[in-house]
Amino acid sequence: MNKKDKQVIVIGGGIAGMEAASYLSAMGYIVTIVEINDKLGGHLLKWERLFPTNRLGKEVLAFLGQGVENNVKVMTNSEVTKIIKEGDFFEVTINETIKEKADAILLTTGYDLFDATRKEEYGYGIYDNVITSPDLEEMFSSGKEITMKNGKKPKKIGFVHCVGSRDIKVNNIHCSKVCCVTAVKQATEIKEKLPEAEVFCFYMDLRMYGRHFENMYKDSQEKFGVNYIRGRLSEACENADTSILVKVEDTLAGKPLKMSVDLLILLVGFEPSKGTKRIGKMLGIEFSDDGFFKTQDEHTMTNISNIEGVFLAGTCVGPRTITNTIVDARAGAAAIASYLSGYDIMNRKSK
Amino acid sequence: MIEEGKKKLWKDYQKEIADDKYFYVRSCIRQTFFPGAETTFIKILQKELGLDLYESAHHTTCTGIAYHSDILPFETTMTVVARQFAIMTESGYTNLVPSCITSFGVYTEILETWKHFPEIEQKVRELLKKATGREFEIPQNLAHASDVIYKYRDAIKEKMKKPLINKKTGEPIRGVEHIGCHYAKMFPKKGVGGAEYPHVLSGMIESWGGQVIDYPERRQCCGFGFRQYLVQANRGYSIACSKKKFESMEPYKPDFILTNCPGCPMFLDKWQYVVSEMEGKTYGENGHGIPVLTFEELAGLVLGYDPWEIGLQVHQVSVEPLLDKMGIDYNPENKYKLYKKNNSEKPEMPNFLKCY
Repeated sequence: MNKKDKQVIVIGGGIAGMEAASYLSAMGYIVTIVEINDKLGGHLLKWERLFPTNRLGKEVLAFLGQGVENNVKVMTNSEVTKIIKEGDFFEVTINETIKEKADAILLTTGYDLFDATRKEEYGYGIYDNVITSPDLEEMFSSGKEITMKNGKKPKKIGFVHCVGSRDIKVNNIHCSKVCCVTAVKQATEIKEKLPEAEVFCFYMDLRMYGRHFENMYKDSQEKFGVNYIRGRLSEACENADTSILVKVEDTLAGKPLKMSVDLLILLVGFEPSKGTKRIGKMLGIEFSDDGFFKTQDEHTMTNISNIEGVFLAGTCVGPRTITNTIVDARAGAAAIASYLSGYDIMNRKSK
Repeated sequence: MIEEGKKKLWKDYQKEIADDKYFYVRSCIRQTFFPGAETTFIKILQKELGLDLYESAHHTTCTGIAYHSDILPFETTMTVVARQFAIMTESGYTNLVPSCITSFGVYTEILETWKHFPEIEQKVRELLKKATGREFEIPQNLAHASDVIYKYRDAIKEKMKKPLINKKTGEPIRGVEHIGCHYAKMFPKKGVGGAEYPHVLSGMIESWGGQVIDYPERRQCCGFGFRQYLVQANRGYSIACSKKKFESMEPYKPDFILTNCPGCPMFLDKWQYVVSEMEGKTYGENGHGIPVLTFEELAGLVLGYDPWEIGLQVHQVSVEPLLDKMGIDYNPENKYKLYKKNNSEKPEMPNFLKCY
């Protein structure tokens, strides 16, 4: 069979889905992206600037868009409702009625942001001036001034790391990997916009593992004066003036700390998306303990699911940065191309 | 404050509360601290609501204080509690209603333990049988007494004679609520409204016409933590907890504090006197304290009960400012009629805290 006759269906049109589709179409496969929302781009649509360079998210989105604009069939507002495997083929039903054949499926169903109302003690959705990192990013994107709910300029701002991550109480033991550096990025941006404001980050560890992350962290302190306090928040409460009273342990000073901030920003972590859970169950994909998809080997079979012909890429397999998602998507495309050209991936043998 | 956010959250924390036939177990200490509270509860349930409530003279302590002070091992506590269950079973009841928050916490903890470790339940059954010859059924429903009043708050409203409305101004009377730590902080699903924004007491205040005030140290413990007050040398921690709360609620000018635990009203009431003696500081209006009520006492007041019949004269902080706001008729002469033999004799008055 010619490459041109082989069809790959990519479920999920975020960063991973778009980039994998670009490479697969470049390699000559017929590629369809099925996206549940009305636009491609996933969470990136809502992010103004990206670490570590502070470049605009829409630039990356435009780059990803170029890859899919000509040779990839894009189905938006489309939900996969049924998948049947028949021999080497899959019959994928979309929106209950449309049936597509696929030789391989790539799942790029992504993550959902942690619902901060579940950390009830932080008061998101209850206190006026508790917001999340995406809420702040939306303020950045809108170009509006950063204000408290009553329109006043905040003088003291707190960032809470690890909200919904590394937290057994909400059943998320995993680290979401991007929040620490997002806090550094957003804290720096706030200091650029409101130089008079005092900014405090409440953290457990600062996981500055990525290239340039450590520089960002250093600059945020030396050039922008962001304060870092090692300790986890026990609770947040609303003061009479709607500022937020936070209780935290300063573990470096060895003392409990109580302070008020005008705006409290919760760095919400990653959870497997509803789509990841739904499609995974539909197909019988194995999940890891953390609820994300399980690959066949942590080191060597990173894009390979337990079902032959179904591949995985991006944040449906676990939290990762945009850079790593793009790399993983290309790796997923390579795995699919090898599989469709007859390569036995598990046994590393050409058929 | 986004009230809608709280309402959304409350939907996740609606527990089942039996509607009748309660086996009521009293607190070890409340009858000393607030002697009218439990009898008021019984009166409201039996006389006002026409419900079946039964209590047994054979009921004992749940051992909660000893358990939380590490004096008794958990096995002993479980066996004593199993005996309470046996008395309930022998009395023909299945819905257990403790008066005490610590007991409610102990019962909840034991039932949860048995759910996850049935072999422990089996062992306790054997221990109880060996020690007393008794057998028991697990309660079908466990609800704190404040849950029951919460459930019937609108029925009480229908019979209400004195709503929580300031008679002079027509404005709602402002209350802060304080929930006992062992009510829902250990098992949030077991409390009405959960652990962080409980609705059990605020629901009563709202239903009876008052306004609930949230304040920053609302969740802070009252200071009745067992290890803080049992050891005299640690009592500074206890009063510091209460003081933290008073300082935090003071700017909101609450008309009263509402509680559902044996210890909280005791300390929030008495420590106001101690703070006043130590620092000359008072937190209510015109040198008074902030009146502290149990939920039964508040229910009794809105139902029009005589404040001295429900024991409000044993409060350290005078309740008269609240009674006046509610427009309750009371006879000041009767306040201390049970005090000593001479009816006109009054207890000694504090140096700073203004009392009636």
